[in-house]
Amino acid sequence: MVENRPVATALSHLVLVLGVLIVAFPVYITFVASTQTAEQIVQNVPMSLLPGDNFLNSYRFALFGGVTEFGTRVPPAAPMLMVSLVSALTIALGKIAISLLSAFAVVYFRFPGRSLVFWMIFITLMLPVEVRILPTYKVVSDLGLLNTYAGLTVPLIASATATFLFRQFFLTIPDELVEAARIDGAGPMKFFKDVLLPLSATSIAALFVIQFIYGWNQYLWPLLMTTDENMYPVVMGIKRMISGGDAATEWNAVMATAMLAMIPPALVVLLMQKWFVKGLVDSEK
Amino acid sequence: MSVEKRVLFRSWWLPWALVAPQLAIVCVFFFWPAGQALFQSVLREDAFGTSSEFVGLENFKILFADETYVASFRTTAVFSVLVAAIGLSVSLLLAVMADRVVRGATAYKTLMIWPYAVAPAIAGVLWLFMFAPSIGVVSYALRSAGMDWNHLLNGNHAMTLIVLAAVWKQIAYNFLFFLAGLQSIPKSLVEAAAIDGAGPWRRFWTVQFPLLTPTTFFLLVINIIYVFIDTFAIVDAATSGGPGKDTAILVYKVYHDGFKAMDLGGSAAQSVVLMGILIALTVVQFRYVERRVHY
Repeated sequence: MVENRPVATALSHLVLVLGVLIVAFPVYITFVASTQTAEQIVQNVPMSLLPGDNFLNSYRFALFGGVTEFGTRVPPAAPMLMVSLVSALTIALGKIAISLLSAFAVVYFRFPGRSLVFWMIFITLMLPVEVRILPTYKVVSDLGLLNTYAGLTVPLIASATATFLFRQFFLTIPDELVEAARIDGAGPMKFFKDVLLPLSATSIAALFVIQFIYGWNQYLWPLLMTTDENMYPVVMGIKRMISGGDAATEWNAVMATAMLAMIPPALVVLLMQKWFVKGLVDSEK
Repeated sequence: MSVEKRVLFRSWWLPWALVAPQLAIVCVFFFWPAGQALFQSVLREDAFGTSSEFVGLENFKILFADETYVASFRTTAVFSVLVAAIGLSVSLLLAVMADRVVRGATAYKTLMIWPYAVAPAIAGVLWLFMFAPSIGVVSYALRSAGMDWNHLLNGNHAMTLIVLAAVWKQIAYNFLFFLAGLQSIPKSLVEAAAIDGAGPWRRFWTVQFPLLTPTTFFLLVINIIYVFIDTFAIVDAATSGGPGKDTAILVYKVYHDGFKAMDLGGSAAQSVVLMGILIALTVVQFRYVERRVHY
């Protein structure tokens, strides 16, 4: 604060509070809708902006699925949440693992073809899977990986971002540590395991947050990869629940599923906020 | 910081073993399909997919002669300009306010960043629900105010809807970077301007905003890339490219033509065009990152 201007400060708070409220509004509406019955949402226009009393029923219905009295089938969200969790964890941990190894190789070894390897990884940064969906789909389908966890996760694991983040970080580690490790007779893998990994803990945590959200929020790739309802991640499952039009949609179950799909990544962001901000800012350097 | 290590390990096989997993994935799921996209973009398959002939740049010629493709370019351009302009202005305003206040700054930051965790597809569903013509609360409010909202019939309404959802989803990211940028500006500069008699408005435009140019430019590129790539899910969930083709952005068209209309050559040619655009954007971004250090 450079100078004291009470009016300007009050105005700043007002703008911020308004901003926070507008940002939160869509989620509040979602929550309110998830506590009402499907009939209340469709018949009372506009729907009540206060939470209803159907909270438990909506969420039970959303989690375990069922058939409504009008014959609309709502698929259970519990298995979809499981698919999302498994894929998000596989993508996040897989990326971190292979990126740590290749960054270690690129920074701590000289080998013929090193710069070729570096550029091969670098160029993938430019072309995310969305712009080459059809040929990538064909490769995965030729390999027989449709409707499998491998097909859902492995094509998304190759990540130049993570490799670069670790490379940058390794370059800041003092050479004296390597010298000390070598004098003590440690080989490269022992150095990696006992020195590099513990030092990288913060970077790993930061990347984990970002990559977990990336994996959890995938939409286009699972849309192509899965035709079997047991392999739908929740983000994609929600969209399939609303394709019947306003009246045929069980909005309370859809909104409860949306809440369930938002909670895990939101928790990861809020609980690991410090690392999240660091990871976001670092991975763009 | 040195770019090379002085002290190294020696082994002829270990580095290869270490990079093997990443290289394998990159080759199988990146270079092979990207190569196929390039290859297919110069071929045309017959209706049964049994034979294909080399047609050179024919697919690209057809593509750019196709009015719906040119329209899709225009849609994407309008969409990215709107998302970037609105998203950046709103986030900058909020970040400047959050940088000003002493009390509660951390709380505001926490309350502002969580939409980053919301999947674009879910953002699309949330906004669709609020704006659904028959049951949405916002469309009801608009109707009471005399505006007949129907994004299923009106292309401008549909565009407004996806712009709002896309901006909402991206505010957290822009906000964090603007706030970090503002907090890295030395306080002495702002204080000096204040002593010289510049008010907050003037200080912002003559001191803070010029120093934020690198951040703004970086975010501009990131937002355009975001519109090109990540908003597919928002569009598919909220409007499915409709009404007609009014919100069919480029990535949506690649998907639609390749998987719904089964036009492999055309879709591959579109992929190649998109790859070109993204490579150009990334190069711009990296050239700027080189310069960013000097400000």
